[in-house]
Amino acid sequence: MIRTLRAALAAAILIVTPAFAHNGVTHLGAINISLPFTRATLPNAPVGGGFLTIENEGPEADRLISASSPASDVVQIHEMAMEGDVMKMRQLADGLELPAGETVVLAPGGYHLMFMGLKRAFVEGETVPVTLVFEKAGTVELALPVLDAAADEAPAGEHAH
Amino acid sequence: MAGIRSLRIGLWIVVAVVALAAGGGALFLRQGPADGFGKGTYSLVDQNGKAVDQALFAGHPSALFFGFTHCPEVCPTTMAEMSGWFEALGEDGKDLRAYFVSIDPERDTPDILGDYVSWVSDRITGVTGTPEEIDKIAKAWGVYYKRVPLEGGDYTMDHTASVFLLDAAGEFQGTIAYREDQATALGKLRNLLGKS
Ligand SMILES: [Cu+2]
Repeated sequence: MIRTLRAALAAAILIVTPAFAHNGVTHLGAINISLPFTRATLPNAPVGGGFLTIENEGPEADRLISASSPASDVVQIHEMAMEGDVMKMRQLADGLELPAGETVVLAPGGYHLMFMGLKRAFVEGETVPVTLVFEKAGTVELALPVLDAAADEAPAGEHAH
Repeated sequence: MAGIRSLRIGLWIVVAVVALAAGGGALFLRQGPADGFGKGTYSLVDQNGKAVDQALFAGHPSALFFGFTHCPEVCPTTMAEMSGWFEALGEDGKDLRAYFVSIDPERDTPDILGDYVSWVSDRITGVTGTPEEIDKIAKAWGVYYKRVPLEGGDYTMDHTASVFLLDAAGEFQGTIAYREDQATALGKLRNLLGKS
């Protein structure tokens, strides 16, 4: 009973900051999220990457601590880097730091959301829902448009502001 | 007398050294191509379950890539780019074959690999095998790969992301770097096709 109450309370705290979208930008407190996208996946590919731009216009640092989606078993926060001609990928176990007043870009070749254990392939033209949890700003739900398999960025016109 | 004798011995030593050097050099030259970059012997299996070995790369120019289907980015991107190369080359590229060798053979079965590469072109062949044999082909090509654990018992793979270009004799001719622009990549492929 107490546990349920506590969970309900926690949930209530998490949704105190309502998110709203405007011109392709999702606002959640001091956090502005723009240019979300993912890529169509190849047959049998069990994973997919999620990309977006996060601006923290607040006076203090925040942190993207977790993500989840009904489209996959788990969503992790990863960093990818090329070292010479070797691709290396690491999980950011403590999440992604969002310094005050700065913009952090999740893009091919760098930070990304990693959808693991896809329920089915990501199909170009569809959208993939994802829930992001920020340490301070709270929780927000987004829809990532699925672009082609090698897309580098979301289409122009959805610029951060 | 003693002077001439030591001179003679000295000369014989010089002759011996020169002969050894020449012989060694010849041996080195002979072994060079046979043990060169990309050379090795291995028994693998293609996406249809057919046994394949080093002879796979003989008789046609090839583009060779090492990757895994659980790859979030480098592998699908490279596959998408390869499909663009085949399309842009059109009839000119009819002799070109491409190979996707899995560096994660425990998860990439022939079936899984076959569907994965089929998306690119019917001229790309998925190759997998036992971890021991995959290690042999990766070593032959100087390919780095390493299993990296993820939360929840899962894992990902670090791996070399370049595409190797081979002529019709199976000899290494160069690489296309990850995300090299299409014009440069096509230039390299046309050059390879011209030589083959
Ligand atoms: Cu990869």
